[in-house]
Amino acid sequence: MAFPRRLFLKNAGLALLALGLPPSFVVRAAEGKKSNRGKILVVVFQRGGMDGLNAVIPFKEPAYYSLRPSIAISEPASGDERAVDLDGFYALHPALAQLKGLFERRRLAIIHATGSPDNTRSHFDAQDYMELGTPGVKNTPDGWLSRCLTKNGDAAAPFRAVALTARLPRILAGSARALTMTSVEEFRFRNESFATTLQKLYATSGDPLMQGGAKSLFEGMAVLKKIADSIPSATESYPAGRFGGSLREISRLIKADIGLEIAFTEIEGWDTHANQGGPSGQMANRLKELAEGLSAFYGDLGDRMEDVVLITLSEFGRTARENGNRGTDHGHANVMFVLGGSVKGGKVYGRWPGLEPEVLYEGRDLNLTTDFRAVCGEILSRHMGQKDLDRVFPGYKLPARPLGIVA
Amino acid sequence: MATALTQEQKITHFLNRASFGATREETEKVARIGIPAYLEEQLYPERIPDAPVEEKLKGLKTVHLSSKDLFELYPPPNQAKARGLTVSSLMQGPRYVILELQQARLLRAVYSQRQLYEMVVDFWTNHFNVFAAKGADRWLVTSYDRDTIRPHALGRFRELLLATAQSPAMLFYLDNWLSVSPEASARPATTNGQPPARRGINENYARELLELHTLGVDGGYVQKDVEEVARCFTGWTIRRPRGDAEFRFEPRLHDRGEKTVLGTRIPAGGGMEDGIKVIDLVARHPSTARFLATKLVRRFVADDPPPPLVMQAAEVFRQSDGDIKAVVRAIVTAPDFYAPQAFAAKVKKPLEFVASALRTVAADTDAAPPLLRYLARMGEPLFLAQPPTGYPDIGPSWISPDTLLTRMNFAVDLASNRIPGTRAGREVDPLVLAGPEFQRR
Repeated sequence: MAFPRRLFLKNAGLALLALGLPPSFVVRAAEGKKSNRGKILVVVFQRGGMDGLNAVIPFKEPAYYSLRPSIAISEPASGDERAVDLDGFYALHPALAQLKGLFERRRLAIIHATGSPDNTRSHFDAQDYMELGTPGVKNTPDGWLSRCLTKNGDAAAPFRAVALTARLPRILAGSARALTMTSVEEFRFRNESFATTLQKLYATSGDPLMQGGAKSLFEGMAVLKKIADSIPSATESYPAGRFGGSLREISRLIKADIGLEIAFTEIEGWDTHANQGGPSGQMANRLKELAEGLSAFYGDLGDRMEDVVLITLSEFGRTARENGNRGTDHGHANVMFVLGGSVKGGKVYGRWPGLEPEVLYEGRDLNLTTDFRAVCGEILSRHMGQKDLDRVFPGYKLPARPLGIVA
Repeated sequence: MATALTQEQKITHFLNRASFGATREETEKVARIGIPAYLEEQLYPERIPDAPVEEKLKGLKTVHLSSKDLFELYPPPNQAKARGLTVSSLMQGPRYVILELQQARLLRAVYSQRQLYEMVVDFWTNHFNVFAAKGADRWLVTSYDRDTIRPHALGRFRELLLATAQSPAMLFYLDNWLSVSPEASARPATTNGQPPARRGINENYARELLELHTLGVDGGYVQKDVEEVARCFTGWTIRRPRGDAEFRFEPRLHDRGEKTVLGTRIPAGGGMEDGIKVIDLVARHPSTARFLATKLVRRFVADDPPPPLVMQAAEVFRQSDGDIKAVVRAIVTAPDFYAPQAFAAKVKKPLEFVASALRTVAADTDAAPPLLRYLARMGEPLFLAQPPTGYPDIGPSWISPDTLLTRMNFAVDLASNRIPGTRAGREVDPLVLAGPEFQRR
C-alpha cells in the first residue's frame, strides 16, 4: 500500500506547487510516510560487563593513567597501538577504530558514565535489572522490550520481536509474542508432514508455556514460508561467529519487510578479570568483533538504516583501578553505543564524573551520570513512537531535558 | 479439584524427578520393590553395579586421563604444530577432550543405573559451573568432573565446597590462582629471572563463592565481605595450570593481615587456614542452607519452590551438617514432592529431554557430535555455560520457538533413525516425543 500512497502525496505536492503554495509541507508529508515504514530497534547485549573505560577512553583524565598502569590505552597519536581521538577528551579503543567513520558521519552516538543505578555487582542480578527495566526490583514479571511491544502496533504479527538466540532473553519475556531463531535457513521443520498434527497438539495442550511458544513458532514459520525466496542475502561480510551471524540475520529480516520492530542479540566474553589486555588481547578481540559487526550491519542496511536504531547494553562497567592480574573486577557505570540514521551522533553524551578517588562510586568505580533508561526511553519515544513510557519503565521519570540522542 | 496422585502416578513422578526419564524396566522394578526401597538403593550409588555404562565409557580415550596426560596428548594447536603433529586439529586438540566429556555425561545420563546420582552430579556441575572452553580449563574439567564433583556429589557439602575451592579447574575459571597479596609486589624477581608480575587481589572467585556457591545474592554479605574473602584466599593457586596442574598454597603470595568476614574476625598471621576458615564459615551459614535448599527443591520439585518444603530441607541441611544425601532424601520423600500440582510441572531441560527420549526409544547411541549438536541448539551445550551462574533451572528459560523447533526436529530424527551413531531399539511415535507432554517431567 505504501507505494500508491506515496505516489499520491507526490502528485498532490505537484498540484499544490502548481497553486503556488510553499513546498515544505509537501516534503514533510512525503517524508512522514516514508518514516512510517516500520521503525526498528535493535538491542545488543554485551554479557559479562564491558570495561567501558577501556572501550571509550577518557584520555584527558590523568587519573585514568594512574589507575591503570598496565592496561591503559595510550593517548591518540598515529599508530595502531593508540587510542583513536573522538573529540579531544575521549578516544576509541584501537580495536574500535572502524567505528570512527560512523562517529564522524554523526551516525554513532556514545553515552559515557551510563548504566543501571542499582549498586549490585552480580552479573545475574545486574543483567536481570537491565533486562526487566526495573533496577533494584526483581519480581517484575516481564522485560522492558516486551512491555514496549504490548502497547504498540499489531500484536498478532509473528515477526514483531525476534531474538537471535536459542533461549528467549528476559528482556523479551512477557505477554507480547516474541520469536527466537538461529537463522532464516535453520528455521524449518525436518519433516513437514508432522507439522499440522503438532500444531494442533500444542494448541490444545492446555499448557500455556508450550502453547505460547508453539503459536509463535508455527505462525512465524507460515509467514517465513511465504516469503522465504524473497529474503535477500547479506551484502556485507560480517565477522565470523555467532554475533556477526546474528546481525546478518537481523539485517535480512529488516530487508524482508515482515514487520520487524524489535530485534535482540548478544555477545559474550566481557568478564575480563585477568589479562584483559591493552591495545591487543582478550578485550581487544571482543571489541574488534563488536566493531566489525556494527560496521557490517550499518553498511549492509544502507538507506534502510534511516529506520533503524541500534543500542548496546552491558550489565555494569568495571573497576576504575586495574586489579592485580592486569584485569578489572565488577564495577558500576559503563558506555553505551547508539547507531542509526536518525541518531544525532558524532558526540559523546553524558556528564563526565571524573576518576579522582573522591568522585568514584563507592570509592572504586566510575560514577553514573546517565540512567540507561533515559537513553532507552528517549529512543523509544522519539524513534519508536512509544507514548506510554511509565508502563515500559515503571517508577522511572525521564529527565525533564532530553539528551537529544535521536532527532 | 487437584486430587492426590495414584500409586502409578507416584512412581512415574518419582522416576521422572530422580532419573533421566522413566523406562519400562525401572517402572516395573519400582512397582515391585516400592519407592522407599528403590530410593535407598539409589542413594548409595557405589553399591549399584554399573558395568554396561562403564563398558560404553571405555570407548572414550580421555575421561580416565590425568590433566597432565591430557595436556601432553591434546596440546593447544600452536604447540601441536611446533611438535610436528599434523593430525586433524579436532582429533588431537583440546576440543576433543571437551567433546568426550560431553559424550560421557550424556552416555551416563542415558545408561547409568545410578540415575539419582547422575541427576545430583548434573545439579552440582551446574551449581559449581566451570566453562570448559576457558584457556587451561580445556584440560582441567575432565578431572574436575571425575575427581572433584563426583566423589562428593552425595557427600557433605563442606567437603564438596572445599574440593571445588582447591580444584585447578575452579581456581583457573574464577581467576583465584592469580589473586595475590598486594604486598607481594615488593618482592624481588622470581628465580627463573622473569620480572615480578604486578600484584593484587582478584575478587572474582570470592564474589561467586558468596553469591553463587553458598549464601546467595541476598544472603547477607556486602562488597567489603567480598574483598575480605578474596584476601583470605590469596595464595590459593595452581602448580602449572598447563601441565601437571595441582592445587598449591603459596605462602609468599598470601595476605597475612587481619580480615573480617561476615562479622567474624580472622586474626593476622594466618596462612592457608584463612581460606579454610571462610569455607567453614560459609558452608555452615544459615543463608547457605536456605539457598541450597531452595535450589535443590527447585531442581526436584517445582520452579517456584514451596516455602515450607524449603524450610524443611534447610533444617535437614543444618542438622545434618550439610549431608547432601539427607537433604535429597528429605525432599523426595516429602508430601509436597507428591503434591498434585508438582506432577509433570517441571520442563525438561535439554539434557533431560534428550536423555529421556533416548531412554524411551531404548536407543543404542555413541553420543557423538551429531547428537550433541541438538543439545547445543536447545541451549545447553554441556560444560560450556560461559557465565559462573551456569544454566537456569526454570521452565520458561528453556522453551522458546527456536528451542521447541529443535526439540521437534530432534524427536522426528530420533524416531526415524536419522541421527548418525544413534539407533532406536523400540518403535515410538515421533509425535509422542515431539509433543507438549513429553517436554515436561
